[in-house]
Amino acid sequence: MSIKATTRQADGVTIIDLSGRITLGEGSSTLRETVRDLVSKGQKKILLNLGDVTYIDSSGIGELVSSFTSVNNQGGQLKLLHLQKKVHDLLQITKLYTVFEVHTDEAAALKSY
Amino acid sequence: MGEPKSVEVKLESTLESVELAEEMVKHFAEQHGFEDDEVHQIGMAVRESVVNAVVHGNAYSAQKKVLLAVEAGGDRFLVRVQDQGAGFELKEIPDPLAEENLLKRSGRGLFLIRAFMDELSVRRLAPQGTEVVMVKNTPSNRHQGGS
Repeated sequence: MSIKATTRQADGVTIIDLSGRITLGEGSSTLRETVRDLVSKGQKKILLNLGDVTYIDSSGIGELVSSFTSVNNQGGQLKLLHLQKKVHDLLQITKLYTVFEVHTDEAAALKSY
Repeated sequence: MGEPKSVEVKLESTLESVELAEEMVKHFAEQHGFEDDEVHQIGMAVRESVVNAVVHGNAYSAQKKVLLAVEAGGDRFLVRVQDQGAGFELKEIPDPLAEENLLKRSGRGLFLIRAFMDELSVRRLAPQGTEVVMVKNTPSNRHQGGS
């Protein structure tokens, strides 16, 4: 069981809907390649919808951080939407919750760009 | 009633072993009375430890194995992970919560193990390798006032 990523556009923002597990191996590389592809196409407003992400390990956290910095370095913004409790807790204990802009409502998230 | 008290397996240095180790230990923890959140924490600690053993310790070598042992005796649920790599010192691992490390891609595995388990120790093995031992107090221990 790994990860699925689909992208859609709304209000000039690219939303990546992720589901499954972001762990070392396929899960991490799917996220990396999806974000890298968007950045290379000039997409600078990216919203990661983690509502159906059930599990993230330290490699997955690393991939989120890496995606965040690569989008930032291109002058863009990467934000997070709909964290499940386990993922929320993980970002809290790793002190990354304050690094990411996290939203619980998609419409509000879209307006924030 | 009837659950085994200990189990020990030798694993190949592959990512499949990581999944196998996590599922095996989670199943063992469920059988020993841990609640869902704790089972998740134990599973994740084991995952991080076996990832370290496979990726950093054994560097995916087919000649090197990972030993995984679980003991559920008395008030402690103990997991031991051994690799055959060059080894490392716990004190040399940078603090992932430090400002300068916060946005690094890697370096959070041991921190998460420490966060999710009650005890963590690391020692070098002779002639080579590392042993990570992690302990979670069992539910019965906590009810008796254990930390």
